[in-house]
Amino acid sequence: MRYIEPHAHMVSRTTDDYERLALAGCEVLCEPAFWAGFDRSSPDGFRDYFLQLTRHEPKRAAKHGIRHFCWLCVNPKEAEDPGFAREVMRMIPEFLDSPNVLGIGEIGLNKNTRNELAIFEEHVQLALDHDLPVLVHTPHLEDKRKGTRLILDALANFPKLRRDQVVIDHVEEHTVGTVLDAGYWAGMTLYPHSKCSVDRAIDILEIHGPERLWMNSACDWGVSDPLAVPKCALRMKARGHDTAAIRRMLWENPREFLSRSPRFIID
Amino acid sequence: MGGDHPLLDLQFIEARHLLVELAAFLDRCDRHGCTGDFRHRALLDALPLLLEQRTDRAKAVLDAFSDPTDTVASRAAAPVYGAPRPDAD
Repeated sequence: MRYIEPHAHMVSRTTDDYERLALAGCEVLCEPAFWAGFDRSSPDGFRDYFLQLTRHEPKRAAKHGIRHFCWLCVNPKEAEDPGFAREVMRMIPEFLDSPNVLGIGEIGLNKNTRNELAIFEEHVQLALDHDLPVLVHTPHLEDKRKGTRLILDALANFPKLRRDQVVIDHVEEHTVGTVLDAGYWAGMTLYPHSKCSVDRAIDILEIHGPERLWMNSACDWGVSDPLAVPKCALRMKARGHDTAAIRRMLWENPREFLSRSPRFIID
Repeated sequence: MGGDHPLLDLQFIEARHLLVELAAFLDRCDRHGCTGDFRHRALLDALPLLLEQRTDRAKAVLDAFSDPTDTVASRAAAPVYGAPRPDAD
């Protein structure tokens, strides 16, 4: 089955992974800007990263028949240094006209700090200024519930922000309800040890329904599985979900949200 | 399949495995003397939630492992542990 991987960090993955994704049916892949596992030593490190996301990675993906799109930002972890973050943010508009840039992301919170929150809000304003959709990262483990609440409170202070232009990612059972109830899209990340397992993601789908919900692997340099999304599809089938329901989660839903960006044109 | 329900046919062995793994982990903690750690305590405190008659046990466990405060931190001090550290600021 053809599918969209709406969140993957391919700069951290091998060419073999691109081949496996293509063999599994991945035709479209979206890569948010993120923390590379280490703090960059200068804003120019981000310039190179943004060039990688907008020029180099689409070519790697294309060799396997995969369309590559990306999101740009300073990730929440490196946003803890607001002076550094603002320097990087000043260069983002240079890249917003690149044909594969969808919006601003993955912004959000890491340790729920004052500096992270300030830079998060400045990113939201940047997205509004350029009429771009937003992809939000929510914190890990014990910080997720509070961080999600802080993010929702902050977003509520932007009356011009259309909530259906925002996807709040890495939801779990204790955060998905508040995200959906507030009118945002919710992303479920399928991780082996943290975030959602395949079965828990299907539980959330069964409980909350498919409206404004997507799933992703968020595969990166850590413990993660690039094939988590097709594996979830296989599990959905085993649990009695029909082809239409699977197609909705793997293709139609991500396509609906990503089409908020006029650049997201696929066959 | 030998059972009466497809979901149990599909997942009972896996759930059994997870429970045995957790039991073995708690035994291991005893042997290695780490039962005083706040993470061990957090696990024990969450276990009774599994036996409650409710339909949101996963949410309840995640809530139990969540930072209970509402404050915005002044700085990124501690790493994540998976359960709130009692002495965290």
